[in-house]
Amino acid sequence: MNSVFLERDKTLLVEITEEIDHHAAEKLRRKIDESITRYMPRKVVFDFNKVSFMDSAGIGMIIGRYKMVNMIGGTVQMKNVRTSIRKIFEMSGVAKIIPIIDIRAS
Amino acid sequence: MSGLYENEMKLEFVSKSNNEAFARIAVAAFASQLDPTIEELADIKTAISEAVTNCIIHGYENTKGIIKIVSKIFANTLEVEISDTGKGIENIELARKPLYTSKSNIERSGMGFTIMESFMDDVNIESVVGLGTKITMRKIIKKVDPQEEDKMLDVAELGGR
Ligand SMILES: Nc1ncnc2c1ncn2[C@@H]1O[C@H](COP(=O)(O)OP(=O)(O)O)[C@@H](O)[C@H]1O
Ligand SMILES: [Mg+2]
Repeated sequence: MNSVFLERDKTLLVEITEEIDHHAAEKLRRKIDESITRYMPRKVVFDFNKVSFMDSAGIGMIIGRYKMVNMIGGTVQMKNVRTSIRKIFEMSGVAKIIPIIDIRAS
Repeated sequence: MSGLYENEMKLEFVSKSNNEAFARIAVAAFASQLDPTIEELADIKTAISEAVTNCIIHGYENTKGIIKIVSKIFANTLEVEISDTGKGIENIELARKPLYTSKSNIERSGMGFTIMESFMDDVNIESVVGLGTKITMRKIIKKVDPQEEDKMLDVAELGGR
């Protein structure tokens, strides 16, 4: 996982670079929470471009981060989400709460 | 029954979370002889990952146990059985419900069974409290060539088993 904080618009870009399952979620959660606590962003954008696999562990992971960012008054977006992963966000209702911007093919 | 393609494999591994990726990749590799599309393969991987994770966090509650996978191919159908000898499910109807989880404290979403059901063609749950749980899932791999598919279906009907 890489994260970049843009001072000017107080946006935290979080690029996830691994498969998201129950095994990976724990460490990912800790690293993202550290970045959020450090930067107190107004907006967090999760980039899924390098996520080739995600199961339902990703739902809890994203919703948990959403709640945290929401509490400090920020917003959350997701981008570059491939079809197989988007299906999971849609069927679980996550996509209704957290907008998926810049929909990519496949 | 002539011409009915059959194959079978078995896997056993300990309930460690880093075996989640191993299990889904192994079953996907086995399934790939049916020539699934990328989307079908992603569906299979996700369903396997859900069932194996459930054995680890619910069946064995993060203690050490053995997870067993038996996978079979009949004509164009993939069947996967995933079982644990852990604590079992008290109320299967409730467990199947979207968003139901007994572990909301660890950010579980309760969407595991819903994902298995929507990504596979058939999902069966057998469970006895104190003895364990067995999930049996089937997915029909749709052939791209419709003529080929008709042949496969005829063979599957005749061959049954
Ligand atoms: N192998 C299992 N052994 C015991 N209980 C299980 C097993 N699989 C599922 N369950 C029960 O069914 C519930 C729903 O499972 P699931 O839909 O995968 O959601 P989640 O894993 O997010 O809780 C679990 O919370 C658990 O109570
Ligand atoms: Mg589950």
